[in-house]
Amino acid sequence: MSNKVIHAIYDDDDVLLHAVKDVKAANHHIEEVFTPFPVHGLDKAMGLAPTRIAIASFMFGCLGLSVAIWLTNHIMIEDWPQNIGGKPSFSYLENVPAFVPVLFEMTIFFAAHLMVITFYLRSRLWPFKKAENPMPSTTDDKFLMEVAISDNEKKLVTFLKKTGAIEVKVHEKNGES
Amino acid sequence: MYTFSKNLKFLSLSFMVVGALALGIGFLSAPSNVEEAKAMVADAHGGHDSHAVTTHDSHAADHKEDTHHDNHNASHDTHADTHDETHAEGHDSSHDEHLLHQLQNKPWAAVYVAALFFMMIALGTLAFYAIQRAAQAGWSILLFRVMEGITAYLLPGTIIVFVLLVLSGLHLNHIFVWMDADVVAHDEIIQNKQSYLNVPFFLARALFYITGWNLYRYYSRKFSLAQDGENGVSYHKKNFRLAAGFLVFYIVTESMMSWDWIMSVDPHWFSTLFGWYVFASMIVTAVTVIAMITIYLKSRGYLEDVNDSHIHDLGKFMFGFSVFWTYLWFSQFMLIWYSNIPEEVTYFITRIEDYNFLFFGMVVMNFVFPLLILMNSDYKRNNWFIIIAGIVIVLGHYIDVYNMIMPATVGDQWSFGLSEIGSVLLFAGLFIYVVFSALTKVPLKPKGDPLVKESEHFVY
Repeated sequence: MSNKVIHAIYDDDDVLLHAVKDVKAANHHIEEVFTPFPVHGLDKAMGLAPTRIAIASFMFGCLGLSVAIWLTNHIMIEDWPQNIGGKPSFSYLENVPAFVPVLFEMTIFFAAHLMVITFYLRSRLWPFKKAENPMPSTTDDKFLMEVAISDNEKKLVTFLKKTGAIEVKVHEKNGES
Repeated sequence: MYTFSKNLKFLSLSFMVVGALALGIGFLSAPSNVEEAKAMVADAHGGHDSHAVTTHDSHAADHKEDTHHDNHNASHDTHADTHDETHAEGHDSSHDEHLLHQLQNKPWAAVYVAALFFMMIALGTLAFYAIQRAAQAGWSILLFRVMEGITAYLLPGTIIVFVLLVLSGLHLNHIFVWMDADVVAHDEIIQNKQSYLNVPFFLARALFYITGWNLYRYYSRKFSLAQDGENGVSYHKKNFRLAAGFLVFYIVTESMMSWDWIMSVDPHWFSTLFGWYVFASMIVTAVTVIAMITIYLKSRGYLEDVNDSHIHDLGKFMFGFSVFWTYLWFSQFMLIWYSNIPEEVTYFITRIEDYNFLFFGMVVMNFVFPLLILMNSDYKRNNWFIIIAGIVIVLGHYIDVYNMIMPATVGDQWSFGLSEIGSVLLFAGLFIYVVFSALTKVPLKPKGDPLVKESEHFVY
């Protein structure tokens, strides 16, 4: 199997989106698209599976809520009950309105932070990681589509040029994918 | 053009007839003197098991601490120091008269709750519509005619509420205790509020709010229809400016409306975020009703350009405003619960003791249920989920309005009897009749709107 791929470079997100649809319609395999900002509808056009991060977020929220219930109960009821504002803390249920802000904040805190961390891990991003994008200008103002080649190099290059790419070049991937 | 289907018309008319009959019976069966009232309560308790009788007895014994009597039985708290001596003799007869007033209030309060609830659906829709206009939103253009149809109920709805307020002002009922001169004479707190809470000023304010809202509704509808016949954007701009002005007027008058028409039934009690709380309730009901009527019209083959994304957006608003309502409900509750100041906390004590199931049940209906069912993005695009969540939200917010009015007007004598169900049916029938008649008047697509193309192609 060859390690050759084609890099088609675009300078407009609308043109890119149409190109992605054309390439998909012509049954070519898009390996990856690099963009400087999120392009609305690109995931659908590329046929990526829908994200499951919402489910993860819900579960993180439930975890946060459980931790907060344990935390408030342990601190305020079991370990060191205090009489605050004439409301002695001997019963969790009777004091729960006072804890609701904490329950709410902890739910949000867990859902938000764990969701970001999950997203980074799932995208294989961590500190000091070497950038994977093949061309630094995709973080500035260019869009790059990586298309796999299977014995149709010439045809594919002309096809991609017709989709509005400002530059099409063949790229040899070395070893790592 | 939409045609009002025969079945729906029949449904709305039969709702009105059955509702009016039930309500009439409710009024006729209200007691006219103390003996009848006592007999009714005795009958109701005779059927209960021994447990109910015991709780009733202990309740009567605790009567001195029974805070919801504060409002009506004015001597109860202003003469707190001489309480024990004077109260003992006057206790039985004043309690019986209080009971009579509560039972006489019941059909009136039931009508008032239903009238307010349906009026607030139209008012909330008008506010939502004005927000779309002022924001020049592109997605919602195709729903404008539906919203305008719902706001057609504003005029009859506000007139009915106004008539009920006038009848209260004429002392035909005891919904607003501060209108009763005998009560005020013994109540220093209400005396101090007399410059604001007096019948002529109260009715003048009501007239002012109602006129303002209906003027906006009239002109926005007029410009909206005029836009269909023109190519330019002059009416669009006019509607934009009008909506921005109306929103300022609305948020002030809505807040004052909630103090006047709802909070003043408990004239000792006040909450500074009450206007927002009522607003949250009315806007979530309004968005829900917009979504349900849109889905109904779509299921009948109208509104063919409205797609899943429009429903999805309405679903997001239903979800978001439900959470917003809960936030305000809880903020109000927690501050009062924590500070535990007697004149404030009576409000919640009455509700938790006498309305426990309704008071907490509505939080489940208005928060937990929509939160869980509408959280998933795909469910918000599914008509069935929107309708199911919508029915629960609408019922939940009816209970919310019920909980605002009933504890102060009928106390622990509440029930869902003929007058409650009858008045809901009566106003539901009227609401359906007025709204769907208004929908038949003009084409359902505002084709002259400069943003209508954006709405047609709206995809999330």
